[in-house]
Amino acid sequence: MQQEEYVSVTEFCNGHSISTTVISQLNEFGLVRVIQRSDSLYIPMEELPKAEKILRLHTDLNINLEGVEVITRLLERIERTEEELIRLKNKLSFYE
Amino acid sequence: MEYIDYYKVLGVPRNATEKEIKKAYRKLARKYHPDVNPNDAAAEKKFKEANEANEVLGDPEKRKKYDQYGKDWMHAEEFEKAKAQQRGSRASSGQRQDFGGGDFSDFFESMFGGGGFSQGGFSSRGGQQVRYRGQDLNAELRLNLHDAYKTQKQTLTVNGKNIRITIPAGIENGQTIKITGHGGPGRNGGPKGDLYLTFIIDNNTPFKRDGNHLYKNVDLDLYTAILGGEITVDTFDGKAKLKVKPETQSGTTVKLKGKGFPIYKKEGQFGDLFITYNVKTPTGLSDQEKELFKKLASLKN
Repeated sequence: MQQEEYVSVTEFCNGHSISTTVISQLNEFGLVRVIQRSDSLYIPMEELPKAEKILRLHTDLNINLEGVEVITRLLERIERTEEELIRLKNKLSFYE
Repeated sequence: MEYIDYYKVLGVPRNATEKEIKKAYRKLARKYHPDVNPNDAAAEKKFKEANEANEVLGDPEKRKKYDQYGKDWMHAEEFEKAKAQQRGSRASSGQRQDFGGGDFSDFFESMFGGGGFSQGGFSSRGGQQVRYRGQDLNAELRLNLHDAYKTQKQTLTVNGKNIRITIPAGIENGQTIKITGHGGPGRNGGPKGDLYLTFIIDNNTPFKRDGNHLYKNVDLDLYTAILGGEITVDTFDGKAKLKVKPETQSGTTVKLKGKGFPIYKKEGQFGDLFITYNVKTPTGLSDQEKELFKKLASLKN
């Protein structure tokens, strides 16, 4: 069984100089998974790239969380479409 | 090294206010931010250019220096042009310096010193302001189809460190694998980023690949096609003897089970090889051969 690693929400937010409420909000939006152990909140390590991308969109581009949610879902869709495109291109090269 | 017109990059006049510059930069950042343009090298380049322009024009001190130095720079360029036209022998007063690669241009670094950090040819996947987890790095690796047929062990140099990677046989063109923990260093106690390797697989073999299956056309002479016989064909890593049935049509495909491409991460399992016969009719017939074909034709009529 693979063991999941976690980062405490407090530590993560300190590193980013942001309030922990941002993460709670992202969790509510269903964008970042957060788990509770005893009294503390933790983010699974594998969620970090996504969480940081969301924060960059939020802070670098001044996009509110609702907007970030929409963008994130569209980006996931683009990613799936691009994977499909590679598969199709590989298939197409067969007929060239 | 070329002069960069930062005003032009941001699309603002030379007397633009700080507010106008910020607004222009934000507009470009929204358009070209790497997070909203994944795997788009052109957008990443534009984003870096806009960042650099903002770094200079958004900072009053740097902007002042740039405005002053930039003017001289233009004169130096004009001077060089004039000199080239006259084919004169006077020495050039233009500066020529070359700096190593980084996130900022040579032009920027010659004026303000090294601001960016070199990543040894790897481009950053995300934006420039990762504050906790390290940056993810992106790289392309080229293999030919023969390399992809066998599991490869390769040593890569990432940020000055050698890492050994295993590329499983059967990797697909365009496939990306993640090497955990080999990205940029974390900050404030954060974990390291990851390295993403995308494989470009060149095929210069007579085989065509579709996933785990391989395809090849094989010429068959008329007599073998009609009377049947045995031929030897090249498989991807060897040879195979094939029995050709009598009266085989051109375009007939036969399947050689397990002679295709290895299945990714399923050791010892292979796809199939499909051979399509291309019957070649004879040319340059002798008179005797022509006679015999005429006889055959009359038999059929």
